[in-house]
Amino acid sequence: MKLRMLVMLCALILALGAGHAGAQDLQVGFVYVSPIGDAGWSYAHDQGRLFIDKMNGVTTAYVEAVPEGPDSERVMLNMARKNYDLIFATSFGYMDPMLKVAKKFPKITFMHCSGFKKAENMGNYFGRMYQARYLSGIVAGAMTKTNILGYAAAFPIPEVIRGINAFTLGAQSVNPDVQVRVVWTKTWYDPATEKEAAKSLLDVGADVIAQHQDSPGPQEAAQEKGVYSIGYNTDMSAFAPKSHLCAPVWNWGPFYAQIVEAVQKGTWESKAYWYGLENGIVDLSPMSDMVPAEVQTKVMTSKEKIKSGSMQVFTGPIRDQAGEEKIAAGKSASDETLLGMNWFVQGVIGTTQ
Amino acid sequence: MNTELIIPLLAAAIQSGTPILFATLGEILTEKSGVLNLGVEGIMIVGALAAFVMAKFTGNPILAFALAGVAGMLISATHGVVCLWFRGNQVVSGLALTIFGLGLADYLGTPLIGQTAPGFDKLALPGLSHLPVLGPIFFQQDLLVYVSVLIVPLLWFFLAKTRWGLHLRSVGEYPQAAAAAGINVLLYRWVGVLAGGFLVGWGGAYLSLAYTHLWTSGLSAGRGWIAVALVIFAFWRPGRALLGAYLFGGVMAFQLRLQAVGTHLPSSLLLMLPYALTVIVLVLASWKSRQASAPAALGINIEPRE
Repeated sequence: MKLRMLVMLCALILALGAGHAGAQDLQVGFVYVSPIGDAGWSYAHDQGRLFIDKMNGVTTAYVEAVPEGPDSERVMLNMARKNYDLIFATSFGYMDPMLKVAKKFPKITFMHCSGFKKAENMGNYFGRMYQARYLSGIVAGAMTKTNILGYAAAFPIPEVIRGINAFTLGAQSVNPDVQVRVVWTKTWYDPATEKEAAKSLLDVGADVIAQHQDSPGPQEAAQEKGVYSIGYNTDMSAFAPKSHLCAPVWNWGPFYAQIVEAVQKGTWESKAYWYGLENGIVDLSPMSDMVPAEVQTKVMTSKEKIKSGSMQVFTGPIRDQAGEEKIAAGKSASDETLLGMNWFVQGVIGTTQ
Repeated sequence: MNTELIIPLLAAAIQSGTPILFATLGEILTEKSGVLNLGVEGIMIVGALAAFVMAKFTGNPILAFALAGVAGMLISATHGVVCLWFRGNQVVSGLALTIFGLGLADYLGTPLIGQTAPGFDKLALPGLSHLPVLGPIFFQQDLLVYVSVLIVPLLWFFLAKTRWGLHLRSVGEYPQAAAAAGINVLLYRWVGVLAGGFLVGWGGAYLSLAYTHLWTSGLSAGRGWIAVALVIFAFWRPGRALLGAYLFGGVMAFQLRLQAVGTHLPSSLLLMLPYALTVIVLVLASWKSRQASAPAALGINIEPRE
């Protein structure tokens, strides 16, 4: 992994030394935590990079598979020394290293994905993926016959828990009897374990498999069993054409373009950018033909309501697993509640530990 | 848990135990010849990558499986060169092989991450697969599971009942005596290293051809190390390796199913189970047997013409 990084860095330095980038071009660097691969988290970010690469006066470069921690600091430092104008780091663990580098290079703009720290020249950004997960929950709730939905999940952190809760609320909105069973794999990308997790959910009667994992392993398990599945990150239908119903997806391109334009015009400001469906940063992939038209209509209606702001996903009364009211009737959860969410809503079977 | 859950659990135990079984059998063969190869993890992942690449570009999983063995053999050959030609330290060489194998597979495999390749699907054995209880557990598995189970008696027969097996074991127990009896010690050690590496490569191939049909860096995920521990648990006996591999596979499959059923135990504790079991097994094995069944010359290098 390190060797690869070195080669990439050398190539990067060579490319810059050779003067491929025009002097007036905005140079944008990306740091990815995993290899770009064919689907998944870093792939989605790289699609965003390719989107802005087509813009006038922009050149981009990236380094993939950068471990979180000191290695990432070195990579960002290198980009900064090469006079990059804008650097995106797309993993939680890059937060502190980026903050350190940002303080040393006040003229460069830094953007960190999924964290919470800021500096004058460093902002953070993320998407309200839970909104798209709510929509995918409607599909799952409508398609299940056993009323058991399976959810293969990575790590019990607020981002993932929020997604599971939104998915459950979406499913319950069309099917109040539905239950969501959660299995933690403690991996982001391990096809073997994640497939096995999905199989264990299938064994307890789940007939729709959803996932918060980057590998398509769970999709494979669902297709082998002949049940439905819901992807994540990008449209995963290529991996399981017979079972893939839809996927909550990331669409970073327009957002990255917006940031690039702001930096070019000098209107960029340091803040927490947290956009949702209304901005297109998160979305639901096109639904499969297997989803009946009336369900698709329901999903689209909810999507429009969320987009226009007339509906909030987390609107009370919402109770946790023990039946305690967490969000009062008529109230909507604040961003603070959402960002620190560490409890499951009623209807989820599993623990948040 | 009722039978509806236990049967798929046992079937899953066999599946997740199979890659470990291949690797454990390979390591038993290598260690019986007196060579300790700690590079199992690295050999496994190289085998997994070789199998994946071949399956992807030829579309022929059987050819891919065969080649994964050859790849495992080739990479073990470096261990042979270091330890048998140059009489380097076996522990260090094996560890280096693990690091090298993981790095190599990571480097070469990066462009393939997230792609799928054809592999082996479930193959129900006619007649047997309809047996109640036993059918769904044992006889609705993929071809490679049957292959791995067949190797167990074959390896036992080779080691215990054939002249070549006796020679190989004698080389692992007392190489000087074997040499005095006219046995080509180095030749048998090479056979142990290469044939063992071949089987370990197959263990990796199981991961990318049957267990899942995807490639990712770090696919072996520590299974090679479990195999190294299982060799001791098995007292270097193929039959016990089968038991041990399925026991470990069962624990891995069990903790996920326990979560799916709904439990209040923290998932972090459950995920520790296979590794905690590894430690317990090693403690028990060394306490009970005092390693008496280990080949006496395991890890000890020999002069070529001693």
